[in-house]
Amino acid sequence: MHYQVESAAAAWSYLMRVRSMEEDQMERVLRLASQSAVVIFSVSSCCMCHAMKRLFCGMGVNPTVHELDQDPKGKDMERALMRLLGNGINSTAAVVPVVFIGGKLVGSMDRVLAFHISGTLVPLLKQAGALWL
Amino acid sequence: MKMDIYEPFQQVGMWGDSFKVDGGLNSIASPMLMVDTTVENKSEYIPQESREVSGADQETTNKDVIKMRRRLAQNREAARKSRLRKKAYVKQLESSRTKLLQLELEIGKARKQSLYMGTALDGSYIGSTSETINPGIVAFEIEYGQWVEEQQRRNEELRHAFQTQAPDVQLNVVIQSVLNHYSNLFRMKADAAKADVLYLLSGVWKASVERIFLWIGGSRPSQLLNIIVPQLEPLTDQQIVGIEKLCLSSQQAEDALSQGLEKLQQSLVHDMAVDPSGVGNFGLQMALAMDKFEALEGFVNQADHLRQETLLHMSRILSTHQAARGLLALGEYFHRLRTLCSLWSSRPCELA
Repeated sequence: MHYQVESAAAAWSYLMRVRSMEEDQMERVLRLASQSAVVIFSVSSCCMCHAMKRLFCGMGVNPTVHELDQDPKGKDMERALMRLLGNGINSTAAVVPVVFIGGKLVGSMDRVLAFHISGTLVPLLKQAGALWL
Repeated sequence: MKMDIYEPFQQVGMWGDSFKVDGGLNSIASPMLMVDTTVENKSEYIPQESREVSGADQETTNKDVIKMRRRLAQNREAARKSRLRKKAYVKQLESSRTKLLQLELEIGKARKQSLYMGTALDGSYIGSTSETINPGIVAFEIEYGQWVEEQQRRNEELRHAFQTQAPDVQLNVVIQSVLNHYSNLFRMKADAAKADVLYLLSGVWKASVERIFLWIGGSRPSQLLNIIVPQLEPLTDQQIVGIEKLCLSSQQAEDALSQGLEKLQQSLVHDMAVDPSGVGNFGLQMALAMDKFEALEGFVNQADHLRQETLLHMSRILSTHQAARGLLALGEYFHRLRTLCSLWSSRPCELA
C-alpha cells in the first residue's frame, strides 16, 4: 500500500516534469516562430522539408530553418508542434515541415500549397515583410 | 487343325512389321500384339471348305487358301488399325479444342484488364511482375476502369448541357459533378498509394500515351492549365491576372515537389550504395530504403492535392460558361489521348 502511493506520486511528478518540459518547448517554439518573418521547423533528412525550403526560396523568400534533429530538445519541440497542429496521437506521419509566417502558424505542406494556389500565400508573405513587390 | 494353330502367330509377326512405320501410334502397338481371337474363328470355316476338294488339287488349293486367308487377315488388321488411328486423332482434336477454349478465355480476361488501363496490349498488373496479388491494387484497377467510363458519361452530359445552352444553374450542377468525379479519382489514388506507392508512381495503370507526361503519379497541374486556358477566351482583365498568378504558383509548387522528390531519389541511391569492402549491413540498407517508400507516398499525396487545388481554384476564377468549356476541353483531351493509345496499340506490327 505504501509503495503504491509512492509510485503514484512518482508517476505524477514525472508527468508534471514532462508537461513543464513540453510547455517550455512550446514556449520556445512560439518564440522562435516569431523571431523571423518565415520560420520552417524541419528535419535535415526529410525530403518534404527540402521541398518546403525550395518552395520559399523559389519565391524569393529567405526562411529561417530550425532543424529539430540538430537541436538537443528536438523531440520535445516535435511534440509541441504536434499539439499545435492538432494531429491525432496515432499519426505516424512526419510532423515536419511546419511553417510559421509572421509568427502565426500556417501548417504543413498541404496547407501551404492550398494557400499558394488560392493566392493567399503571397499577400501573407508581403504582410510579414518576407516579400517586397 | 495344325494350320489353324500356326497361322495366328505368322499373322502377329506381320502386324508387328506394319505398325513400326507409324511412330505416333506407339500406344496402339501393344494392343495390336494381342491375338485377335475372331480371326481364328473365321479362318476355321475356310479350311473346312478346302478339305472337300479332291486330293490332287489339295496342295495348290491349300496354298491359295493360305494366301487368301493371309490377305483377309491383313485387311481386317488394316481396317482395325485405321479405326484405332481415327479414334486417337479424334481424341487429340477434342483435347486441342478444350485447350483452345481455355486460351480464348484467358485472352478475354487479360484484354478486359488491360482495357481498364486504356491500352490494348499492355500486360496487366496481375501476373506480370508481381508475385503476390495486392487486393488494394486489384480494387484500384477495377475502380479506375469504371472511373474512366463514368468520366466519359459526365463529359457527354457536360457537352450536352453546354450545346443545348442550359441555364447557368443546371450547368453549375454538371460542373460540380465533374469536379466531384475528379475528387473521387484523387481519393482512389490515395488508397492505391497506401497499398503500393511504386505501382501508382509507375503509371502502369494509365494509358501508355498518358505515361509520357507522367509527373509524380499523374498530370502536371501546369499541363492541366495549358489545356484549359486556351479554351477560355474572352477573359476579363481580372481573370487574366488571376490565371497568370495561378500558372505561376502551380509552377513554383511543382518545382518544389520535384526537387524534394529528387532529393529522395538521391538519398535512396545513397542508401543502396554497395560497400566495396562488402561489410555493409544489407538488412539495414533494405529497411532504410523501405522507409523512403513511405515518404514517396507523401509526395504522391501532395502532388494530387496540388492537382485538385489547381482545378478547384481555376473553376472559382471562371464564369460558369467558361468553367464548363474548360472542363469539357480537359475531358475531351484525355479521351483523345486514350483513343490515340488504342490506335497505337492496334497498329500492325512490322515483321523484322
